[in-house]
Amino acid sequence: MNLTYLLISAALMFVATLVPRVLPFVFIKRKVTSPFLKSFLYYLPYAVLASLTFPYVLYATGSLPAAAIATAAALLMSFFELNMASVAAISFLIAFGLGYLF
Amino acid sequence: MNTKERFLSGFKKGIPVAIAYLAVSFTFGLAARRSDFPLWFGALISATNLTSAGQFTGIELLRLGAGYLELTLAVLVINLRYALMSFSLSQQVKIRIRPATRFAMSLFLTDEVFALANEKGSAVTPAYYFGLATLPYLGWQIGTIVGYLSGGLFPTRVIAAAGIAIYCMYIAIFLPPMKKHKGIALAVLAGAVISCGLYYIPGLNKIPMGFRVILAAVAATLAAAALFPKKDTAEQNDETTDREAEQ
Repeated sequence: MNLTYLLISAALMFVATLVPRVLPFVFIKRKVTSPFLKSFLYYLPYAVLASLTFPYVLYATGSLPAAAIATAAALLMSFFELNMASVAAISFLIAFGLGYLF
Repeated sequence: MNTKERFLSGFKKGIPVAIAYLAVSFTFGLAARRSDFPLWFGALISATNLTSAGQFTGIELLRLGAGYLELTLAVLVINLRYALMSFSLSQQVKIRIRPATRFAMSLFLTDEVFALANEKGSAVTPAYYFGLATLPYLGWQIGTIVGYLSGGLFPTRVIAAAGIAIYCMYIAIFLPPMKKHKGIALAVLAGAVISCGLYYIPGLNKIPMGFRVILAAVAATLAAAALFPKKDTAEQNDETTDREAEQ
Protein backbone atom coordinates (compact mmCIF):
# COMPACT_ATOMS: atom_id res chain seq x y z
CA MET A 1 0.00 0.00 0.00
CA ASN A 2 1.77 3.12 -1.14
CA LEU A 3 1.28 6.60 0.20
CA THR A 4 -0.50 7.95 -2.89
CA TYR A 5 -3.08 5.13 -2.81
CA LEU A 6 -3.80 5.75 0.87
CA LEU A 7 -4.09 9.52 0.49
CA ILE A 8 -6.36 9.38 -2.56
CA SER A 9 -8.49 6.68 -0.90
CA ALA A 10 -8.80 8.73 2.29
CA ALA A 11 -9.92 11.74 0.23
CA LEU A 12 -12.48 9.64 -1.67
CA MET A 13 -13.88 8.12 1.52
CA PHE A 14 -14.18 11.59 3.02
CA VAL A 15 -16.11 12.87 0.01
CA ALA A 16 -18.34 9.76 -0.16
CA THR A 17 -19.25 10.29 3.49
CA LEU A 18 -19.56 14.05 3.28
CA VAL A 19 -21.83 14.39 0.24
CA PRO A 20 -24.90 12.53 1.58
CA ARG A 21 -24.50 14.20 4.97
CA VAL A 22 -24.06 17.75 3.80
CA LEU A 23 -26.06 18.36 0.62
CA PRO A 24 -29.66 17.98 1.87
CA PHE A 25 -29.14 19.95 5.08
CA VAL A 26 -27.27 22.82 3.42
CA PHE A 27 -29.49 23.20 0.37
CA ILE A 28 -33.03 22.31 1.46
CA LYS A 29 -34.49 25.42 3.07
CA ARG A 30 -38.19 24.94 2.43
CA LYS A 31 -40.43 23.41 5.05
CA VAL A 32 -42.37 20.31 4.21
CA THR A 33 -46.07 20.81 4.90
CA SER A 34 -47.42 17.39 3.93
CA PRO A 35 -48.49 15.46 7.06
CA PHE A 36 -47.44 12.24 5.37
CA LEU A 37 -43.93 13.47 4.67
CA LYS A 38 -43.66 14.85 8.19
CA SER A 39 -44.65 11.45 9.56
CA PHE A 40 -42.19 9.79 7.23
CA LEU A 41 -39.32 11.93 8.48
CA TYR A 42 -40.42 11.39 12.07
CA TYR A 43 -40.37 7.59 11.84
CA LEU A 44 -37.37 7.18 9.54
CA PRO A 45 -34.51 7.22 12.08
CA TYR A 46 -36.14 4.48 14.15
CA ALA A 47 -36.61 2.28 11.08
CA VAL A 48 -32.99 2.91 9.99
CA LEU A 49 -31.62 1.86 13.38
CA ALA A 50 -33.81 -1.26 13.44
CA SER A 51 -32.73 -2.21 9.90
CA LEU A 52 -29.08 -1.69 10.80
CA THR A 53 -29.46 -3.84 13.92
CA PHE A 54 -31.35 -6.86 12.63
CA PRO A 55 -30.11 -9.38 11.70
CA TYR A 56 -26.54 -8.01 11.79
CA VAL A 57 -26.33 -7.94 15.61
CA LEU A 58 -26.52 -11.75 15.61
CA TYR A 59 -23.23 -11.96 13.69
CA ALA A 60 -21.42 -9.18 15.55
CA THR A 61 -19.43 -11.32 17.97
CA GLY A 62 -18.56 -14.45 16.02
CA SER A 63 -20.81 -16.60 18.24
CA LEU A 64 -24.46 -16.71 17.22
CA PRO A 65 -25.91 -18.03 20.53
CA ALA A 66 -23.80 -15.64 22.62
CA ALA A 67 -24.82 -12.68 20.44
CA ALA A 68 -28.49 -13.74 20.51
CA ILE A 69 -28.58 -13.93 24.31
CA ALA A 70 -26.68 -10.63 24.66
CA THR A 71 -29.17 -9.05 22.23
CA ALA A 72 -32.12 -10.37 24.24
CA ALA A 73 -30.53 -8.85 27.35
CA ALA A 74 -30.06 -5.52 25.55
CA LEU A 75 -33.72 -5.54 24.48
CA LEU A 76 -34.84 -6.26 28.04
CA MET A 77 -32.60 -3.57 29.59
CA SER A 78 -33.72 -1.04 26.99
CA PHE A 79 -37.36 -1.89 27.68
CA PHE A 80 -36.74 -0.88 31.29
CA GLU A 81 -34.95 2.22 29.99
CA LEU A 82 -31.50 1.59 31.38
CA ASN A 83 -29.06 4.14 29.93
CA MET A 84 -27.30 3.46 26.65
CA ALA A 85 -23.77 2.99 28.03
CA SER A 86 -24.91 0.44 30.64
CA VAL A 87 -26.90 -1.49 28.05
CA ALA A 88 -23.83 -1.65 25.78
CA ALA A 89 -21.42 -2.55 28.61
CA ILE A 90 -23.58 -5.28 30.18
CA SER A 91 -24.39 -6.83 26.80
CA PHE A 92 -20.69 -6.79 25.96
CA LEU A 93 -19.90 -8.65 29.21
CA ILE A 94 -22.64 -11.20 28.52
CA ALA A 95 -21.40 -11.76 24.95
CA PHE A 96 -17.83 -12.06 26.24
CA GLY A 97 -18.72 -14.52 29.03
CA LEU A 98 -20.96 -16.67 26.84
CA GLY A 99 -18.25 -16.69 24.17
CA TYR A 100 -16.47 -19.24 26.35
CA LEU A 101 -19.54 -21.51 26.41
CA PHE A 102 -20.65 -21.41 22.78
CA MET B 1 -32.32 28.49 27.47
CA ASN B 2 -29.36 30.53 26.35
CA THR B 3 -26.62 29.28 24.03
CA LYS B 4 -24.34 28.05 26.80
CA GLU B 5 -27.14 26.12 28.52
CA ARG B 6 -28.13 24.56 25.23
CA PHE B 7 -24.55 23.50 24.55
CA LEU B 8 -24.22 21.98 28.03
CA SER B 9 -27.57 20.21 27.71
CA GLY B 10 -26.38 18.59 24.47
CA PHE B 11 -22.95 17.93 25.96
CA LYS B 12 -24.49 15.79 28.74
CA LYS B 13 -26.61 13.87 26.26
CA GLY B 14 -23.42 13.04 24.39
CA ILE B 15 -21.70 11.28 27.30
CA PRO B 16 -23.25 7.79 26.91
CA VAL B 17 -22.89 8.03 23.13
CA ALA B 18 -19.19 8.88 23.54
CA ILE B 19 -18.62 5.86 25.78
CA ALA B 20 -20.25 3.55 23.27
CA TYR B 21 -18.25 5.18 20.45
CA LEU B 22 -15.04 4.53 22.38
CA ALA B 23 -15.80 0.81 22.27
CA VAL B 24 -16.76 0.75 18.60
CA SER B 25 -13.89 2.93 17.34
CA PHE B 26 -11.57 0.81 19.45
CA THR B 27 -12.53 -2.18 17.30
CA PHE B 28 -11.96 -0.02 14.21
CA GLY B 29 -8.44 0.84 15.42
CA LEU B 30 -7.78 -2.87 15.97
CA ALA B 31 -9.03 -3.68 12.47
CA ALA B 32 -6.82 -0.99 10.92
CA ARG B 33 -3.78 -2.42 12.67
CA ARG B 34 -4.62 -6.01 11.75
CA SER B 35 -4.74 -4.96 8.08
CA ASP B 36 -1.32 -3.26 8.40
CA PHE B 37 -2.49 0.29 7.78
CA PRO B 38 -0.31 2.98 9.38
CA LEU B 39 -1.69 4.59 12.54
CA TRP B 40 -2.04 8.00 10.88
CA PHE B 41 -4.29 6.46 8.23
CA GLY B 42 -6.70 4.91 10.74
CA ALA B 43 -6.79 8.17 12.70
CA LEU B 44 -7.32 10.22 9.52
CA ILE B 45 -10.21 8.02 8.39
CA SER B 46 -11.90 8.28 11.81
CA ALA B 47 -11.36 12.05 11.94
CA THR B 48 -12.86 12.63 8.48
CA ASN B 49 -15.56 9.92 8.31
CA LEU B 50 -17.03 9.50 11.81
CA THR B 51 -19.11 6.49 10.84
CA SER B 52 -18.83 2.79 11.60
CA ALA B 53 -20.20 0.80 8.67
CA GLY B 54 -18.59 3.04 6.02
CA GLN B 55 -15.18 3.00 7.68
CA PHE B 56 -15.07 -0.75 8.27
CA THR B 57 -16.13 -1.44 4.69
CA GLY B 58 -13.67 1.13 3.34
CA ILE B 59 -10.57 -0.31 4.97
CA GLU B 60 -11.65 -3.86 4.13
CA LEU B 61 -11.89 -2.88 0.45
CA LEU B 62 -8.53 -1.09 0.62
CA ARG B 63 -6.95 -4.15 2.22
CA LEU B 64 -8.11 -6.11 -0.83
CA GLY B 65 -6.63 -3.42 -3.09
CA ALA B 66 -9.96 -2.16 -4.45
CA GLY B 67 -10.07 0.46 -7.20
CA TYR B 68 -11.04 4.06 -6.48
CA LEU B 69 -14.46 3.79 -8.14
CA GLU B 70 -15.43 0.64 -6.24
CA LEU B 71 -14.30 2.18 -2.96
CA THR B 72 -16.18 5.42 -3.55
CA LEU B 73 -19.43 3.75 -4.65
CA ALA B 74 -19.44 1.23 -1.79
CA VAL B 75 -18.86 3.90 0.86
CA LEU B 76 -21.41 6.21 -0.79
CA VAL B 77 -24.12 3.54 -0.82
CA ILE B 78 -23.51 2.60 2.81
CA ASN B 79 -23.72 6.26 3.79
CA LEU B 80 -26.85 7.06 1.77
CA ARG B 81 -28.95 6.81 4.93
CA TYR B 82 -27.28 10.04 6.05
CA ALA B 83 -28.91 11.83 3.12
CA LEU B 84 -32.31 10.92 4.58
CA MET B 85 -31.24 12.08 8.04
CA SER B 86 -29.71 15.26 6.63
CA PHE B 87 -33.01 15.98 4.86
CA SER B 88 -34.93 15.31 8.05
CA LEU B 89 -32.60 17.65 9.94
CA SER B 90 -33.29 20.40 7.40
CA GLN B 91 -36.95 20.18 8.45
CA GLN B 92 -36.22 20.40 12.16
CA VAL B 93 -34.43 23.73 12.30
CA LYS B 94 -36.52 26.80 12.79
CA ILE B 95 -34.02 29.56 13.32
CA ARG B 96 -32.03 30.87 10.41
CA ILE B 97 -28.71 29.07 10.29
CA ARG B 98 -25.86 30.21 8.05
CA PRO B 99 -24.76 27.78 5.30
CA ALA B 100 -21.28 27.53 6.87
CA THR B 101 -22.84 26.49 10.20
CA ARG B 102 -25.12 24.02 8.44
CA PHE B 103 -22.08 22.60 6.69
CA ALA B 104 -20.20 22.22 9.99
CA MET B 105 -23.25 20.62 11.65
CA SER B 106 -23.59 18.11 8.82
CA LEU B 107 -20.04 16.85 9.36
CA PHE B 108 -21.03 15.49 12.78
CA LEU B 109 -24.22 13.78 11.62
CA THR B 110 -24.29 10.17 12.82
CA ASP B 111 -27.12 7.75 13.59
CA GLU B 112 -26.95 8.53 17.30
CA VAL B 113 -26.48 12.29 17.00
CA PHE B 114 -29.44 12.35 14.64
CA ALA B 115 -31.58 10.30 17.00
CA LEU B 116 -30.81 12.64 19.91
CA ALA B 117 -30.76 15.92 17.95
CA ASN B 118 -34.47 16.46 18.38
CA GLU B 119 -35.37 14.69 21.55
CA LYS B 120 -38.13 16.85 22.92
CA GLY B 121 -39.81 17.73 19.67
CA SER B 122 -38.42 21.25 19.68
CA ALA B 123 -36.27 22.83 16.98
CA VAL B 124 -32.70 21.63 16.57
CA THR B 125 -30.33 24.41 17.58
CA PRO B 126 -26.65 24.60 16.58
CA ALA B 127 -25.56 25.09 20.22
CA TYR B 128 -27.33 21.94 21.45
CA TYR B 129 -26.23 20.02 18.38
CA PHE B 130 -22.53 20.91 18.68
CA GLY B 131 -22.67 20.18 22.42
CA LEU B 132 -24.19 16.79 21.63
CA ALA B 133 -21.55 15.97 18.99
CA THR B 134 -18.41 17.07 20.88
CA LEU B 135 -17.76 14.11 23.19
CA PRO B 136 -18.83 11.41 20.70
CA TYR B 137 -16.42 12.90 18.12
CA LEU B 138 -13.55 12.95 20.64
CA GLY B 139 -14.46 9.45 21.81
CA TRP B 140 -14.37 8.21 18.24
CA GLN B 141 -10.84 9.60 17.70
CA ILE B 142 -9.46 8.44 21.04
CA GLY B 143 -10.95 4.97 20.68
CA THR B 144 -9.45 4.55 17.21
CA ILE B 145 -5.95 5.53 18.34
CA VAL B 146 -6.04 3.53 21.59
CA GLY B 147 -7.47 0.50 19.77
CA TYR B 148 -4.69 0.68 17.20
CA LEU B 149 -1.91 1.14 19.74
CA SER B 150 -3.15 -1.57 22.10
CA GLY B 151 -3.24 -3.97 19.14
CA GLY B 152 -2.15 -7.35 20.42
CA LEU B 153 -2.77 -6.62 24.11
CA PHE B 154 -6.35 -7.84 24.09
CA PRO B 155 -7.40 -11.45 23.54
CA THR B 156 -9.45 -12.01 20.40
CA ARG B 157 -12.45 -13.01 22.55
CA VAL B 158 -12.62 -9.50 24.03
CA ILE B 159 -12.30 -7.93 20.61
CA ALA B 160 -14.99 -10.18 19.13
CA ALA B 161 -17.46 -9.51 21.96
CA ALA B 162 -16.89 -5.75 21.61
CA GLY B 163 -18.52 -5.94 18.18
CA ILE B 164 -21.95 -6.04 19.84
CA ALA B 165 -21.59 -2.61 21.49
CA ILE B 166 -22.80 -0.45 18.60
CA TYR B 167 -25.95 -2.54 18.08
CA CYS B 168 -26.82 -2.28 21.77
CA MET B 169 -26.65 1.50 21.37
CA TYR B 170 -29.12 1.31 18.50
CA ILE B 171 -31.44 -0.87 20.61
CA ALA B 172 -31.22 1.52 23.57
CA ILE B 173 -32.31 4.36 21.25
CA PHE B 174 -35.19 2.76 19.36
CA LEU B 175 -36.76 0.53 22.01
CA PRO B 176 -37.93 2.89 24.82
CA PRO B 177 -40.12 5.13 22.56
CA MET B 178 -41.80 2.02 21.09
CA LYS B 179 -43.72 1.64 24.35
CA LYS B 180 -45.53 4.95 23.91
CA HIS B 181 -45.82 5.35 20.13
CA LYS B 182 -47.51 2.71 18.01
CA GLY B 183 -46.06 4.30 14.87
CA ILE B 184 -42.50 4.00 16.18
CA ALA B 185 -43.20 0.42 17.27
CA LEU B 186 -44.40 -0.42 13.77
CA ALA B 187 -41.46 1.37 12.10
CA VAL B 188 -38.98 -0.59 14.23
CA LEU B 189 -40.68 -4.00 13.95
CA ALA B 190 -41.26 -3.68 10.20
CA GLY B 191 -37.70 -2.42 9.68
CA ALA B 192 -36.28 -5.39 11.56
CA VAL B 193 -38.50 -7.95 9.79
CA ILE B 194 -37.89 -6.57 6.28
CA SER B 195 -34.16 -6.24 6.93
CA CYS B 196 -34.04 -9.90 8.04
CA GLY B 197 -36.07 -10.90 4.97
CA LEU B 198 -33.61 -9.15 2.65
CA TYR B 199 -30.76 -10.83 4.46
CA TYR B 200 -32.08 -14.40 4.61
CA ILE B 201 -34.15 -14.81 1.44
CA PRO B 202 -31.88 -16.33 -1.22
CA GLY B 203 -31.17 -13.97 -4.10
CA LEU B 204 -32.17 -10.83 -2.20
CA ASN B 205 -29.01 -11.04 -0.11
CA LYS B 206 -27.02 -10.32 -3.28
CA ILE B 207 -28.13 -6.71 -2.85
CA PRO B 208 -25.25 -4.79 -1.19
CA MET B 209 -25.75 -4.24 2.52
CA GLY B 210 -26.13 -0.46 2.23
CA PHE B 211 -29.02 -0.85 -0.22
CA ARG B 212 -30.70 -3.53 1.88
CA VAL B 213 -30.75 -1.22 4.90
CA ILE B 214 -32.18 1.65 2.85
CA LEU B 215 -34.89 -0.57 1.31
CA ALA B 216 -35.94 -2.00 4.67
CA ALA B 217 -35.96 1.37 6.43
CA VAL B 218 -37.90 3.17 3.69
CA ALA B 219 -40.51 0.39 3.35
CA ALA B 220 -41.02 0.24 7.13
CA THR B 221 -41.25 4.02 7.43
CA LEU B 222 -43.81 4.21 4.60
CA ALA B 223 -45.97 1.67 6.44
CA ALA B 224 -45.71 3.55 9.74
CA ALA B 225 -46.40 6.94 8.13
CA ALA B 226 -49.44 5.55 6.25
CA LEU B 227 -50.99 3.80 9.26
CA PHE B 228 -50.04 6.26 12.01
CA PRO B 229 -49.82 9.78 10.56
CA LYS B 230 -48.37 12.19 13.10
CA LYS B 231 -50.33 15.28 12.06
CA ASP B 232 -51.33 16.59 15.48
CA THR B 233 -47.94 16.12 17.09
CA ALA B 234 -46.25 17.70 14.12
CA GLU B 235 -48.38 20.83 14.57
CA GLN B 236 -47.56 20.95 18.26
CA ASN B 237 -43.91 20.63 17.35
CA ASP B 238 -44.24 23.64 15.10
CA GLU B 239 -45.66 25.72 17.93
CA THR B 240 -42.82 24.65 20.20
CA THR B 241 -40.27 25.48 17.56
CA ASP B 242 -41.85 28.88 16.96
CA ARG B 243 -41.43 29.72 20.61
CA GLU B 244 -37.86 28.46 20.54
CA ALA B 245 -37.13 30.63 17.54
CA GLU B 246 -38.45 33.74 19.24
CA GLN B 247 -36.17 33.37 22.21
